Amino acid sequence: MELVEAIILAVLAASTPLLIAATGELVTERSGVLNLGVEGMMIVGAACGFAGAWLTGSVFIGALFGVVAGALMSLVFALMALGLAVNQVATGLALTILGVGLSGLIGAGFVGERITPAMHLYIPVLTDIPLIGRVLFGEDGFVYFSVALIAGVWWFLYRTRAGLILRACGDNHVSAHALGYPVLRIRTFAVMFGGACAGLAGAYLPLAYTPFFIPGMTAGRGWIALALVVFSSWRPGRLVVGAYLFGAVTILQLHAQGWGVGIPSQFMSALPYLATVIVLVLLSRARSGGSTAPAALGTVFVPDR
Amino acid sequence: MRKSLLALTAGLLLAGSLGAASAADKLKVGFVYVGPIGDLGWTYQHDLGRQALVKELGDKIETTYLENVPEGPDAERSIEQLVRAGNKLIFTTSFGYMDSTLKVAKKYPNVHFEHATGYKRNPNMSTYSAKWYQGRYIQGLIAAKMSKSGVLGYIGSFPIPEVVSGINATMLAAQTINPNIKVKIIWANTWFDPGKEADAAKALIDQGADIIMQHTDSPAAMQIASERGKLAFGQDSEMIKFGPKTQLTSILDTWGPYYIERVKAELAGTWKSENTWGGLDSHMFAMAPYTNMPDDVKKMAEDAQAAITAGKLHPFKCPIVGQDGKPVECKGGDHLDDGQILGMNFYVKGIDDKLPGK
Repeated sequence: MELVEAIILAVLAASTPLLIAATGELVTERSGVLNLGVEGMMIVGAACGFAGAWLTGSVFIGALFGVVAGALMSLVFALMALGLAVNQVATGLALTILGVGLSGLIGAGFVGERITPAMHLYIPVLTDIPLIGRVLFGEDGFVYFSVALIAGVWWFLYRTRAGLILRACGDNHVSAHALGYPVLRIRTFAVMFGGACAGLAGAYLPLAYTPFFIPGMTAGRGWIALALVVFSSWRPGRLVVGAYLFGAVTILQLHAQGWGVGIPSQFMSALPYLATVIVLVLLSRARSGGSTAPAALGTVFVPDR
Repeated sequence: MRKSLLALTAGLLLAGSLGAASAADKLKVGFVYVGPIGDLGWTYQHDLGRQALVKELGDKIETTYLENVPEGPDAERSIEQLVRAGNKLIFTTSFGYMDSTLKVAKKYPNVHFEHATGYKRNPNMSTYSAKWYQGRYIQGLIAAKMSKSGVLGYIGSFPIPEVVSGINATMLAAQTINPNIKVKIIWANTWFDPGKEADAAKALIDQGADIIMQHTDSPAAMQIASERGKLAFGQDSEMIKFGPKTQLTSILDTWGPYYIERVKAELAGTWKSENTWGGLDSHMFAMAPYTNMPDDVKKMAEDAQAAITAGKLHPFKCPIVGQDGKPVECKGGDHLDDGQILGMNFYVKGIDDKLPGK
């Protein structure tokens, strides 16, 4: 029983950065912008988040540093890709390269330093319930926030007028523009939301997951978040399924190796990717079918004046 | 117009070559790193070696390094880039650079290459590595003494001979203390991913391991062991900062002396393609102080270290029994020979796991 609880806790910890980063990118892409710089924004968020927490001694302020750093990085992207209408794919890739370098520079002075990681919730009695106590009432703030975040994004996209307008920008920017909506301004906000989320997801790594900073510590999680958005066919509900499934298979394959299941470890390591792709593809086939990508995704929009 | 352009170009080219000539007074030495220099592990130690080199010979040489170079075809381009930039001696510091280094070496016979931990050589390509299995043997002794559950947790990177020989050396040593000792092995299939390394450490502890050993590069596993009140061994570098009450010892890579020796040979014109495989006796690596253990365990570890250094104790002393129960052929007299250790692709008896790919 204890082992099951330990596995669930590890799954939640492994899935949370993916969920936060992917949620941000989902909003960005729903507004019609493809920002491939998630990995770069995440790693800068990690460096700044750690720096913030180290300087102030507060994980919360560290997380804010991460959010602001991610948003500022995405603003660079917005200036290039939206303001100057540069190719979004190239700009996003450049942002990742910039981010990896920048984070190394910012973080250089903090390598080898230690901080007190994010506190875990503790409610007497409730947290002590076997099996579900720590899972439901003993997580750190990031985990609860990530759940609230994706729920909030779902509500925003499907239940508010602003969300409808944002989706309209993503599906047909010419019509949205003709109706008088400020397409570029809306997209800039969406890009910055994506950047803030990526920064927070990055900050989660040195503030809660592995409490130290090392250059390159995101180790490709930004790319996985990007892939999750595509395989979730841009739907928040499926994104949750995808992120937790990926985390679950990642942790379970480690345990399976420890138990000595006898399946080659190389295959086991590939399993999270395989399982997530298969399940999400099946999910999107079971429903409507056809492409669900925002119709204007990745296309440049220059308003006529 | 065309003529003046040509003249201008010629002038620029001349200026360029002059610039190159003055820089060529110093020997250019290049390094290719698989991780960031701040990884606090493998690459960090190589860079400490490079820094020692600069300190010693800085007036005669100029060093360049490329970090985060992925293993595989990308490496070839990076190595070639260093050649084109005028580096005459290039150290490629990861096993996965082997074929790329060889390919570039064949293309540029006048440049010298040094590949770490590989086995392919060329008249202008040396290999160098350390007998870390000696350190793993000492760790195995300590682990068996310190484990209460009798289960060791081992995080592997990739199932390559270097890592496999480390697991075997650990277990052979541990079995001399506790014949029933168990090891749980998790392959991360990466050298560096702090999150995954931490998850692997959690999984091992959750499955009953109370000593964590790692062959991956970040201090994440050490930190998890510390958080859970278990014991652990560092990897490549001093990691005691991440587990002051956790680290038992750590195998420290000390590349500095080797780099200085090889560059001196290059400067003197006596560089030759060689295969260097040094152990505790030749200071290719060192053991971090033995901490967080009782005095008798510490003494045992120190005695074993002294015996290995003096050549009195060989971790792969025959007879060695493989997983299939059959004794392994003893090619080195009373111990396995270097070739058998460098190409080790089997588990010894007592490991209840299947070697991936076997």
